[in-house]
Amino acid sequence: MSIRERLSGNEATAYAMKQINPDVVAAFPITPSTEIPQYFSTYVANGQVDTEFVAVESEHSAMSACIGAQAAGARAMTATSANGLEYMWEMVQIASSSRLPIVMGLVNRAISGPLNIHCDHTDAMSVRDAGWIMLFSENNQEAYDNMLMAHRIAEHKDVMLPLMVCQDGFITSHAIEAIQLEEDEKVKQFVGEYHPEHYLLDRENPIAVGPMDLQPYLTEHKKQQAVAMANAKQVILDVAKEFEDMTGRHYEFFERYCMDDAEFVIVCMNSTAGTVKTVVDELREQGIKAGLLKIRVFRPFPGEEIADALRNAKAVAVLDKVPLVSNVGGPLYEDITSSMFNRGVHVNTINYTYGVGGRDVTADQIKSVYHDLQYTTDMSVPYRFLGLKEGK
Amino acid sequence: MYNVKEIVANKPSRFTAGHRMCAGCGAPALARMILRAVKPEDHVVVSNATGCMEVSTCIYPYTAWSDSYIHTAFECASATASGVEAAYKSMKKQGKLPADKDTKFIVFGGDGGTYDIGIQSLSGAMERGHNLTYVCYDNGAYMNTGIQRSSATPRFADTTTSPAGNVIPGKMQSRKDLTEIMVQHHIPYVCQTAAIGVFQDLYEKAEKAIYTDGPAFINALAPCPRGWGYATEDLMEINKLAVETCYWPLYEVVNGVYHVNYKPANKVPVSEWLKKQKRFKHMFKPGNEWMIEEFQKEVDKRWNDLLLKEEMTNKPEQA
Repeated sequence: MSIRERLSGNEATAYAMKQINPDVVAAFPITPSTEIPQYFSTYVANGQVDTEFVAVESEHSAMSACIGAQAAGARAMTATSANGLEYMWEMVQIASSSRLPIVMGLVNRAISGPLNIHCDHTDAMSVRDAGWIMLFSENNQEAYDNMLMAHRIAEHKDVMLPLMVCQDGFITSHAIEAIQLEEDEKVKQFVGEYHPEHYLLDRENPIAVGPMDLQPYLTEHKKQQAVAMANAKQVILDVAKEFEDMTGRHYEFFERYCMDDAEFVIVCMNSTAGTVKTVVDELREQGIKAGLLKIRVFRPFPGEEIADALRNAKAVAVLDKVPLVSNVGGPLYEDITSSMFNRGVHVNTINYTYGVGGRDVTADQIKSVYHDLQYTTDMSVPYRFLGLKEGK
Repeated sequence: MYNVKEIVANKPSRFTAGHRMCAGCGAPALARMILRAVKPEDHVVVSNATGCMEVSTCIYPYTAWSDSYIHTAFECASATASGVEAAYKSMKKQGKLPADKDTKFIVFGGDGGTYDIGIQSLSGAMERGHNLTYVCYDNGAYMNTGIQRSSATPRFADTTTSPAGNVIPGKMQSRKDLTEIMVQHHIPYVCQTAAIGVFQDLYEKAEKAIYTDGPAFINALAPCPRGWGYATEDLMEINKLAVETCYWPLYEVVNGVYHVNYKPANKVPVSEWLKKQKRFKHMFKPGNEWMIEEFQKEVDKRWNDLLLKEEMTNKPEQA
């Protein structure tokens, strides 16, 4: 029997980590993810886990210690946000190129500058090409569920890549909502044990990790990384199937909400999807064929599947929770429109920057997007602001 | 009793031939001897900061390390080793590793990766008390990238980012005293050593450090023929003069108590050490005598401070 509880996103993540019982957790405080190592160190202090908790002096060292621990043969986890992720950026790349299935909770927050501690997706987007599997979560339940599936995906022998589970800072991380938790024993069985093929602490078979990799081999090693990322797609689906068998909760690359006959579609990630669903319900009552495509798996990017899902729409709006400062669209928009182009899907698609630095996203704003989708014919300005103050 | 012949004969080198470090470089001799101080039955995980040693000993698909080895980046060899050590503790406690067998954790970093960019990671690891030995092979500049000044570079040295010019005669700042900074971390074992004579000082300190329960720090002088400008065959002479002039005192601090391991009966003037190195050549031009005087003054001051610390920490406790 699963357990009904009320937890915040951070609590749900820490609780999942407790049930996973990793060998090492190395983390450093940063708003809004601080509570994760905080709750977790209580589990350590009370002997509820076997984990060595390394209270590092920076996020750079958090990721370095995770790399060391995972390479040593352990399961290593961490959590961070925004500038913390920026500070460990160098090591984020080294984790994936060393093919170490480290799992991280990323509580999305705006990166500096200027300083802002609230939610947007600039942190996650800064590592979108770093070779990590990236799962996004609409709410605490999905943050918990994604965390339970994380190791099964990351540690699969055809994958062996690090994975981050994203959730929205404060909106999800600090909001207490109802949640279904699975029993410890069931989680333990589902997650299983980690038995790496090669590891530093295997004294009978010593290895070298992180060699200098020059012109003769680097391209091939990067190809292997790319193949592993592509392999992750099937593994993600297989693990989701098993997870559904255990919990009854269904997961794919993305969630289709009222998509079967949808003419006007919003694509977004994380908590905004909740607001969009409310608006879709309202518009459907008025006879407007609104739909939502909520991305769960951002890396590996399921471009073909997304393009196919959008094929029959009349107009699409991609919401990027990042500022657009490059004179080109946001990362989600660029990935989606590239995939549509490659797949021969020609649907007018516009891009909104919204909710930056924690700016509230209202149902009225979402309604205005659907309104734009219904009545916009001028595509000369595909990049737009949502919720921008007049005259600013 | 220390017997170099027996040690070399009986303890196989864990750092193998075939690496690509320069002839006359101090670092490989240090690595080989330090690893010889590990008991043959113990396994080692080496964590290596980016630098000369790393780029010349582990180029895919080869490695010169017969133990397990990890390199991640420049500034985080200590944090990486922290993770390995934490994994060891956790896995051993859970029975995932053999209970009756030991693994030792040794970190190697140059002075750039230790005094400068790696000092935060090092300080954190030492404060957290990981059971590991950090070895700084101090060649006094960023040699791997082409001899740029570091905070370990001695005053007046000519480097590619502190060139001896017409207006500025080399590096104008004095060297950071990292060994002292490590002492102030109040860890159980800190020492300064060099590969002199039959390597006794180096070997014995490595053995103590590696078998100290808790964090240990070794600062080892590692002359660089390219950066310092000496003939490769003079390596051992350069090491010896650094010690005989008291530029590089051999000492250890065990649980806060200083022991100066070697006090030269006749302190050799530091100019004898300086004049063998091209990086100090400009100091010997007519009119630059003041530079040698200043250099000598600083060596004397640091040496006298060290002797005072030894005296102070060895005083019998007041009744």
